[in-house]
Amino acid sequence: MLTTIRVNGVDHDVDVDPRTSLLDLLREGLDLKGTKKGCDHGQCGACTVLVNGVRINACLSLAVMHDGDAVLTVEGLASGELLHPVQQAFLTEDAFQCGYCTPGQICSAVGLLAEVAAGQPSEATADLDGPVTLTDAEIRERMSGNICRCSAYPQILAAVRRAAGAAA
Amino acid sequence: MSTVRDWAAPNPVTENRSGLIGKPVDRYEGRLKVTGTAPYAYEVETPAPPLFGHIVSSTLARGRIASVDISAAEAAPGVVRVWTHLNVPAQAARGTRLNPRSQRASNPALESDRVEHYGQSVAFVLADTPENARAAGGLVRITYEAEPADLDFLSSLDQAGPAPGEEDARIGDFEAGYSASEVTVDATWFSPLQNHAQMEPCATTAWWEGDKVVVHTSIQMVKGGQHALAETLGVPSDRVRLFTRYIGGGFGGKGQSYDDLTLAALGARETGRPVRVAYTRQQMFQATIHRPAVQMRVRLGADQSGRLNAMALEAVTHCARNAPFVEHAANFARNLYAAPNRLTGHRLVRLDIPHAGAMRAPGEAPGMLSLECAMDELAETLGLDPIELRIRNEPEVDPDNAKPFSVRQLVRCMQEGAQQFGWERRNPVPGAVREGRWYVGMGMATAIRGNFLLPAKAGLRLTGDGVATLTQGMTDIGTGTYTILAQITGETLGLTLDQVRVELGDSDMPPAPGSGGQFGAATAGSAAYETGMVMRRRLAELAAGDPRSPLYGEDPTLMDFANGNIVLGNRSESLAALAARAGPEGVYVEGGISPAADARDWSQHTYGAQFAEVGVDSVTGEVRLRRMFGVFAAGRILNAKLAKSQITGGMIWGVGAALTESNPVDPRYGSFLHQDLGGYLAPVHADIVNLDAVLLDEADDKANPMGIKGVGELGICGAGAAIANAVYNACGVRLRDYPLTPDKVLAALEAKGL
Ligand code: FES
Ligand code: FES
Repeated sequence: MLTTIRVNGVDHDVDVDPRTSLLDLLREGLDLKGTKKGCDHGQCGACTVLVNGVRINACLSLAVMHDGDAVLTVEGLASGELLHPVQQAFLTEDAFQCGYCTPGQICSAVGLLAEVAAGQPSEATADLDGPVTLTDAEIRERMSGNICRCSAYPQILAAVRRAAGAAA
Repeated sequence: MSTVRDWAAPNPVTENRSGLIGKPVDRYEGRLKVTGTAPYAYEVETPAPPLFGHIVSSTLARGRIASVDISAAEAAPGVVRVWTHLNVPAQAARGTRLNPRSQRASNPALESDRVEHYGQSVAFVLADTPENARAAGGLVRITYEAEPADLDFLSSLDQAGPAPGEEDARIGDFEAGYSASEVTVDATWFSPLQNHAQMEPCATTAWWEGDKVVVHTSIQMVKGGQHALAETLGVPSDRVRLFTRYIGGGFGGKGQSYDDLTLAALGARETGRPVRVAYTRQQMFQATIHRPAVQMRVRLGADQSGRLNAMALEAVTHCARNAPFVEHAANFARNLYAAPNRLTGHRLVRLDIPHAGAMRAPGEAPGMLSLECAMDELAETLGLDPIELRIRNEPEVDPDNAKPFSVRQLVRCMQEGAQQFGWERRNPVPGAVREGRWYVGMGMATAIRGNFLLPAKAGLRLTGDGVATLTQGMTDIGTGTYTILAQITGETLGLTLDQVRVELGDSDMPPAPGSGGQFGAATAGSAAYETGMVMRRRLAELAAGDPRSPLYGEDPTLMDFANGNIVLGNRSESLAALAARAGPEGVYVEGGISPAADARDWSQHTYGAQFAEVGVDSVTGEVRLRRMFGVFAAGRILNAKLAKSQITGGMIWGVGAALTESNPVDPRYGSFLHQDLGGYLAPVHADIVNLDAVLLDEADDKANPMGIKGVGELGICGAGAAIANAVYNACGVRLRDYPLTPDKVLAALEAKGL
């Protein structure tokens, strides 16, 4: 099926197999292999990308559903040599080991910071009406869709904190 | 052969004059990983558009394939090949070793009509797209003749036999010592089957260049993978070039190759096209190795002062019927506490399930979940603090073999940990601390894990741009190998980190044993250090012998290396200039390390103390980690930041082992109940709260020339036991059946009338 999809600011007209997930379109069709496949079942978060600014699991979404959407992947975060503040924070805090969950963690953290800025509550939010405070519990809760088997969680927490500070 | 005494002399790493050793520098390949540009095995660029392979897995535990129908699959769109055991290209018979020096034997895929476990590869489809390959896989029709299968570990315990080639370790007379003891503990623990659940599924990209196959695969051992494929294909190993540059987690589960490697290589050969094959997440559970279940009986006998008189740890574990593997859950106990009368050993139950194998800290990880809780029970019976009990049983020499310890800071780990954690605030009376609906408690346990050095080599090239490039057939599975080798090389040659490159994971490079058993850093790092020293000697001789060098005619043994220069007194020359004069290729040397002749004269381990505080929900039985802290001693630390990541990562594995991780076998099919990450519960971010660790200052001059040891597995050791002990302290319930899930905790609370 003919689909037009904007990825990292570039429009692509692609003829996709209706069975193709957004993840496989990115990895195989567009050769953007930075987004990882850990489970293909929406259970690990390695495939997290931002669609129109909102984080989703790319493996749980068919590519043909994204006609006209703007997708941001890990490859689209840095400006040339200058890393995105979340990428830089992950590097500084050593918030990864094998690195396989990392693109998903980073996209997820970028999405998280936008959700918090927009005042969207989570399970960990005490006051549903006021602005959301970025407590450690908020970060842990909101990053729990991204499994890191290397278990870099303490450093991921520190990295999200650091990036939030840089963004503030 | 060197001796330990040779290693004790000061050297550039131990002197650490430019301070690169220990420095918490960022990960060498970190930029590639945070930008998504590190190519993992499935992702490497191919010389031509690839085909995609999909493996079809068996759906029964034991039997034979009765019939096969691949016609529908072959007729499906985009399909290029469909193979079963009937038409797969010839491979060497399983276990063949054409070259007696091959590290691994032939490992054919789809080899026969025999099915030995659920999830075994039974068919393979190659197609033009991943979607077409997978769809066609679903069209392969296979029928089976089932045979009776032994699937349940606990009901097969009566079939346990001796572990092949092993005898129980007996010192003194355990039975007499135990029955004469004033105070005893006798209890049995169960640690269930667990999975590695690495985030990157096993994957291979393969293509052929003439009669040579190039494979990029996700494996922890370069030579092992190369040799296994060469033996399977029946070719000399130099016809297989294996790359494994970035690995999305291994933890022991990628210590061997799987059918993705074999089938990708065969598929590429038969079609003349590059081929990519990845395991699905479900195949990762069913078709790679797992940590076997272990039942452990511990008996402790002590006098009233707490001195152990008798100690036994007897473990029963499982393995696949035709793939012997022993989870050595009792071995660590041999070196941990003094007790004159001792018994440790292992029994094995053979089951018709996927292969059991090594998973992070094999032996210690499940083993310490028993003894370290038994010590807690003994301490309570005696009315002693658990740390004091352990101090009273601290041996002067290794209790297993009377060898001196190279260095043992276990007591210091416990004492510093107690202080920093606030252990004195623990109320020793179980169930005494309550916060609303939560019972709150603290627990501790020790950690011990062996230290190993294996033979390894490395290559080092210095080029005219002043850059030194270290090459090694080694792997970095997230452990930090790239980074520490750059630090060692930089410090050895007096270069800055941006003057050092590290290239790993290529079977053409000087060989190293790979990542496993916590031996990687010491082994690969020592080879890098020795190679750096060879380079120093070569450069000094070049300078001394070259009239164009300011150091011409001087004694090369007196020359030093600093700031990118070779120096003697007030004369110096840049390494760049020396290398440039040597020619366009610069200067290349190789070096290596082997264990010292007398290394076995000392008992060598890494140690630690784990502390945990948990809350137990009195209503739901849920255990929540509230705090965790560990103090560890593991030799000189090469990179404070990366070493800590390794250690805390291990501790979090201990949290999973204690609270959530388990994979029961489905008695109907021999499959695992949990085949994905929604069912198999590895810790997620919200499970981990306030977890931290420190590493003590230490140098183990008996370990290797740099005095370093491994940290990759130490963190998991004892971690789960500290949590289980904290659960007991919180609510007074001793659960010996891991993981401590809410159903078990709640039932135990109810049984106590709580
Ligand atoms: S690959 Fe999409 S959630 Fe795991
Ligand atoms: S860094 Fe390895 S899984 Fe997260």
